[in-house]
Amino acid sequence: MEELLLSRWQFGITTIYHFLFVPLTLGLSLIVAILETIYVRTGNEMYKEQTKFWGKLFLINFAMGVVTGIVQEFHFGMNWSEYARFMGDIFGAPLAMEALTAFYLESVFLGLWIFGWDRLSKRMHAASMWIVALATNLSAFWILTANSFMQSPVGYVINNGRAEMTDFVALITNPYVFYQFPHTVLSGLVTAGFFVLAISAYHLIGKTHVEFFRASFKLGIIWTAVSLFLLMGSGHAQTQFIAKAQPMKLAAAEALWETANPAPFAVAAIIDEQNKTNSMEIKIPAMLSILANNNPNTPIRGIKDIEKEYIAVYGPGNYVPAVTPVFWSFRIMVAAGSVMLLVVAATGFFWWRGQLETKPWLLKAVLWSLPLPYIANSTGWFVAEGGRQPWIVFGLQKVEQAVSPSVGTISIWISLIGFTLVYAVLAAAAIYLVQKFVRQGPVETPAQAQMSKPAAKGATLWN
Amino acid sequence: MELSVLWFILLTVLFIGFFFLEGFDYGVGILLPFLGKNDTERRIIINTIGPVWDGNEVWMITAGGAMFAAFPHVYATLFSGFYLALFLMLMALIGRGVAFEFRSKDENPTWRNTWDWLIFIGSVIPAVLWGVAVTNLIQGVPINAKMQYVGTFFDLLSPYTLVGGVAFLLVFIFHGALYLTLKTEGEMVKRARAVAVRTGILTAIFCLTLVGLTYINTDLFASTGAGVALWGAVALFVGAYGAVYSERYGAGFILSSLTVAFTTIAFFWGLFPRLMVSSLNPAWSLTIANAASTPYTLSIMTIAALALVPVVLVYQGWVYWIFRKRVTAKDLEY
Repeated sequence: MEELLLSRWQFGITTIYHFLFVPLTLGLSLIVAILETIYVRTGNEMYKEQTKFWGKLFLINFAMGVVTGIVQEFHFGMNWSEYARFMGDIFGAPLAMEALTAFYLESVFLGLWIFGWDRLSKRMHAASMWIVALATNLSAFWILTANSFMQSPVGYVINNGRAEMTDFVALITNPYVFYQFPHTVLSGLVTAGFFVLAISAYHLIGKTHVEFFRASFKLGIIWTAVSLFLLMGSGHAQTQFIAKAQPMKLAAAEALWETANPAPFAVAAIIDEQNKTNSMEIKIPAMLSILANNNPNTPIRGIKDIEKEYIAVYGPGNYVPAVTPVFWSFRIMVAAGSVMLLVVAATGFFWWRGQLETKPWLLKAVLWSLPLPYIANSTGWFVAEGGRQPWIVFGLQKVEQAVSPSVGTISIWISLIGFTLVYAVLAAAAIYLVQKFVRQGPVETPAQAQMSKPAAKGATLWN
Repeated sequence: MELSVLWFILLTVLFIGFFFLEGFDYGVGILLPFLGKNDTERRIIINTIGPVWDGNEVWMITAGGAMFAAFPHVYATLFSGFYLALFLMLMALIGRGVAFEFRSKDENPTWRNTWDWLIFIGSVIPAVLWGVAVTNLIQGVPINAKMQYVGTFFDLLSPYTLVGGVAFLLVFIFHGALYLTLKTEGEMVKRARAVAVRTGILTAIFCLTLVGLTYINTDLFASTGAGVALWGAVALFVGAYGAVYSERYGAGFILSSLTVAFTTIAFFWGLFPRLMVSSLNPAWSLTIANAASTPYTLSIMTIAALALVPVVLVYQGWVYWIFRKRVTAKDLEY
């Protein structure tokens, strides 16, 4: 089953790569829209520069998200054709809805926004970015609706050897999506918040364009503090929901092999998946019961008991996900979130006291925190997807049943290597551009630029 | 009307929109290195499609999503069967999409040249591959009783399908050249016209060859409507050629757009009610009957499509209206 393994690697690599860009798009589109609205409302030219500066970085990121997103749409048919056959009746609808309600809006209005500075009224121009931002977040809703079905199927019947939709309303009101959507969008807002904070901190450290980046830092710190607070709340709520909806995922994320009441929380563990036990663990008594149900007298089912139940329901087989990576991914996500909280709390405090710029170490901490949201996003998705294994659609189809039978090993090797190499080169190009524009800082307005050097500045076509 | 029939028509409409809009985008991308003699000219050429190309590409994404939703078996068989072809297309589209965004963000000539060539390659490959794909659908590919493609990548390449690929490429180049005659000024219009006039003869030859080979290799002409549409496409192309020759560019572009639309209609009409023909056994072809989603899903999708597609047309049309002026060197402020 080399095809299966290779297809999984390819899906993992391309999806995680795609999701490096998506969260920033979700959050930064809103931030750019807000900045432009401030400009329209106040007429303050500095906010026009803010809009253009962050907008330019947004566009680089957006382009990467779009092109890697096309791969995602094609993948389900290319590598997972049996998934597409089994799930098409259900999964295709939200995907088509995503295109119809969101992709058209965001790409058409983004084109208008990029080229429309002189052709639209200020209000209409700002409205274009609002439309882009809302459409982008709407697209997240549709794709997460599709993913939520895979996690927790609703409104369907198995017929003709496939899952068939019986209730569209149930599909889009899947309780799962009401936990997953806020958590995903908020992670996007936090990612964008850290992006703005880190770049602003970079210039505040170097004392370049200070006024400009003080303003963006102010917006960034309020934005990030609020969204991070909500993000953590939503994450907690989602975990409590998963305790009920997907007990195996929770047990795997906690490496809880035996049912326990009260269940301890393992801070760290050496996991022996072979013998289904932890050879060493550091634990806080009763903590998992409290986290999962706000009550220390709550039994939490262990992996072994849940496995027995699944064997009874689904027949003989292995129903335990890869515990070690799920366990550690969950911890890395939570740890990254905690460090972010610490950084935001400390920064917020000194910013509020007006002492931020006298603390370069703190500004450096903000700058170096930039990878944290990306790490949390990737590991969080690993818990969500890895914790569902061996299922691709929970309880209905296993990953091994979903892979394309007609695609050979050589083909997948070619595409796997091809995507990986091209993505690496593109990442290098994107990072080169972002760091160049970040260093450069806000550009003079076109009028000033034309006076100083006629051709060069105006030459940035896609501004 | 049965919903599966309606969705066959809607899918055809999405492909018409895609080939019409992305057709000239591909053409413009292919002509970029040849018509743009210097950086300013290349930026003018790119800016003619700059605000709209991304929205145009969504027609392809939507066609793919609609295929997944309405005919999941077609989506599954086509995408897994044409695996390497689609991989190539994805590579091309990735390079091209990023190139539009990145090329002018640095002034290094090597940087810009590299991205310009990626726009060129990224436009040539999908243009050819779509021609190869469409002709394969109707000619038939080895699909077994379990709806699985059992051929290889090279089984997709035959004289007929390669002619199909080149014909699509040439039609898109012609279509793109006509678009440029409407969106640029002065010298560039003349150059675009010259390209259309020179390549047009070759395009006509390939189109006629395609019609002939379609007659020999497929059953398209068994359907009168499809046959009429295909001959109509050829006639419209001749009309477009005449119009561009006599410098009536507006008429030429409308006629070349109709050429693209009629070609798409002809192939889908010829396919109907099949979506993919099996070359092994006609009974194994994927049709609207054996490949469709449930009536329930199709009815939900019908409501969404009938409500939303007109809205999309309105705002996308409005954006074309906003950018209706010809692009000149003065418009390169950004």
